[in-house]
Amino acid sequence: MNQITVEELTKTFRVARRAPGLWGSVKGLVKREYQDVRALDRISFSIGGGELVGYIGPNGAGKSTTVKVLSGILVPDSGHVMALGKIPWRDRVHYVGRIGVVFGQRTQLWWDLPILESFDLLRDIYSVPEEKYRANRDALIEMLDLGSFLHVTVRQLSLGQRMRCEIAASLLHDPELLFLDEPTIGLDAVSKLVVREFITTLNRQRGVTVILTTHDMEDIEALCRRVMVIGDGKLLSDGTLSDLRASVTTERWLTVDLAEGVPFTAVLDGDARLIKSEGRRFCLAFDPKQVAAAELIARIARSCPVQDLFVENPPIEAIIARLYSQQKLQ
Amino acid sequence: MLLQYRAAAVAGVVTQIFWGIVRTMIFDAFYRSSSGSQPLTHDQTLTYIWLGQAMLLLTMLNVDADVAAMIRNGSVAYEMTRPVDLYTLWFSRALSGRAAPLMMRSIPILVIAALFFGLSAPISMMAGTLFLLSAAMSLLTAAALIALMTVSLLWTISGEGISRLVPGVVFILSGIMVPLPLLPGWAQRLSEILPFRGLIDTPFRIYLGEFHGASAALALLFQFAWLVMLVVAGRLALTRGTRRLVVQGG
Amino acid sequence: MIWNSLRLYFRYASISFRSQMEYRTSFFLRSIAQFTITGMEFLGLAALFLRFGHIDGWTLPQVGLFYGIVSVAFAIAEAIPRGFDVFPNLVKSGDFDRILIRPRSPALQILGQEFQLVRVGRFLQGMLVLLWSAGRLEIEWTSSAILLIAFSIVGGACLFSGLFILGAAICFWTIESIEIVNCLTYGGVETAQFPLSIYRPWFRSFFTFVVPLATINYFPVQAILNLEGTSGGKLISWISPLAGLLFLLACLQLWRVGVRHYTSTGS
Repeated sequence: MNQITVEELTKTFRVARRAPGLWGSVKGLVKREYQDVRALDRISFSIGGGELVGYIGPNGAGKSTTVKVLSGILVPDSGHVMALGKIPWRDRVHYVGRIGVVFGQRTQLWWDLPILESFDLLRDIYSVPEEKYRANRDALIEMLDLGSFLHVTVRQLSLGQRMRCEIAASLLHDPELLFLDEPTIGLDAVSKLVVREFITTLNRQRGVTVILTTHDMEDIEALCRRVMVIGDGKLLSDGTLSDLRASVTTERWLTVDLAEGVPFTAVLDGDARLIKSEGRRFCLAFDPKQVAAAELIARIARSCPVQDLFVENPPIEAIIARLYSQQKLQ
Repeated sequence: MLLQYRAAAVAGVVTQIFWGIVRTMIFDAFYRSSSGSQPLTHDQTLTYIWLGQAMLLLTMLNVDADVAAMIRNGSVAYEMTRPVDLYTLWFSRALSGRAAPLMMRSIPILVIAALFFGLSAPISMMAGTLFLLSAAMSLLTAAALIALMTVSLLWTISGEGISRLVPGVVFILSGIMVPLPLLPGWAQRLSEILPFRGLIDTPFRIYLGEFHGASAALALLFQFAWLVMLVVAGRLALTRGTRRLVVQGG
Repeated sequence: MIWNSLRLYFRYASISFRSQMEYRTSFFLRSIAQFTITGMEFLGLAALFLRFGHIDGWTLPQVGLFYGIVSVAFAIAEAIPRGFDVFPNLVKSGDFDRILIRPRSPALQILGQEFQLVRVGRFLQGMLVLLWSAGRLEIEWTSSAILLIAFSIVGGACLFSGLFILGAAICFWTIESIEIVNCLTYGGVETAQFPLSIYRPWFRSFFTFVVPLATINYFPVQAILNLEGTSGGKLISWISPLAGLLFLLACLQLWRVGVRHYTSTGS
């Protein structure tokens, strides 16, 4: 049974456009020029209960717009959306009581209140029964290791601590669906791992559906089996990471480290192309269908003294960028 | 940025014209209720009120919130390490914070009031010129008062107390709420020994011709003297305040 | 359901209360300053009466009734729906989304944001003026008269709160014109401090029918003072503060329309 169904979701924004410079501002006083921005262009997908889906795309692609529609705080122009059996914006006040949202940049907690009080206040806002609240709260405190700063105000917390509190806060009322927007942004390496592990546990053990919007590809690779890519308001890809990779390119990347000061003199003959070079490290992209890795390596080793090498898939960022530019060309 | 100023200024003008209208009607009612003669005629009072609306900003003596925050959390210590004279900095900040908005609001208000609401012209060219001179000093006095209030914040609690009480006192003893000549005798005498009437009452009385010739010169002298005293007091207080801050560690 | 909302509001209020009490000295200073400023205002008024004797036939204690009711009503409105006054910042920073994401009425949440205790300065001053005026006037203070004063205060608080909410609601459409509403709010306070009869007819009509300021102190006080010429008879005077409540409800409705507008156009 699908928990979320989205069909032909479309949303256009009217943005006031101001011509640059002083004269533009003056003109702007008299006549406002508007530009229609298509934030969502007939997006369709469905998500089943218990899935952990990554939702990625460049800035301005429509990620946050989608999340806002799915959270019920934005009404689309057209299209059909069903989530948890309801139309999110129709019955917003009831619907939002069953979802949790974490905004990476903005806090849902109260700046000048101790964490515990913020939690208590949320309990009242979400009308969580006392026993359930205590059970949830204590479990979350333990899982996210919040015990040492429960009485500290949000203002005084480090980013990593704050993020863990935000996540805990969003789960106090047992939501069935959780939206995470940039949850690991700005976090140190250790905190990132803690957060990732928590999300995995949350999803696997408690069956909470998680929709993760992020720019952090490591998050995606670590957490999401399914990835949706959005660009320019259109859904560009929807499937596993390997599907995504395969759909864009079968390219592989070969990185070689040469001896100090040696120039790269291998003749590539169009079988591979040099993507980037840094000091003595050179990175080449090649199509294994055209030239086998082993053969390419041999060819290079004949002309240059190779000290080290490795072969890998192109990083996801490159895939996404490629996907995106492909879409733009259409 | 200029346009943002404009929007705020327009809004301010509208609000103050509204207030001016209300006050005009209130004083109209007062004057028709009493047939006796008053220290100011009806017309003079109306002029006084509208001049007051035009210069209202001069009575809004509040310390810049950013500076107050800086003092409160101690980062003013960094400012003190810079080769800039803090008093001059705060004074010019207060001055510039008031000069531009004042211009942008007072001119439209004066024009509208003159056209529609009975603001009369100054009693003579001389009065008008002296008025401008006096008004300029009012602006400087306002800045000096704010600078002094800012400095007083270095003494946190007592400073805060002073800064909070000043607006209330200014409200009544500058003449902005009720024209000073209409207040009871003891209030007028009190206002004479304080600098606040220099903000509003002095320039207005010059405009109306209540002060002219020798009395005008004396009034201007008083304004100037107060200005100097406030600046000196401000600088002295700053020296002592910074010393205190350094000793206490902020 | 209402009980639930009330409980939540009290929780908000107590949090606000406690955080304000943390800076105790500052709180006392600001309250005293408020008391002083508003006190000076009334003293200035009194000085004018000293000089002119009366205003259109109204004496100082009579005007004091008008003044007191408005002051207390406004103090309540400044204390409670304060969140609406600072609402524009919320919309600008995009933090309003955070409020929409919660399963409670946005109005309730904003109401709970801040309970400005400091306004007690004006509240006390208004009360003092009321008590002083009541004492000076030679009228019989029946329980119904006292009730009417209380009713007027509540109606006034509703009206001013409505104006704050109106100002916040306008922010959904444009950031700029909130000044006009400020004009009406603070200007309205100053206006209503005097009996409405002293103003020009067009002014009176505006403040009777558009922003029903007259109903929250002018008519009721006339009834109390047992004066001739109370328009519409005694009954109207007694229920007129209800107009304040109706005004508030109308503004709340506009607010709801504003929220709907926000959700369909985004920020």
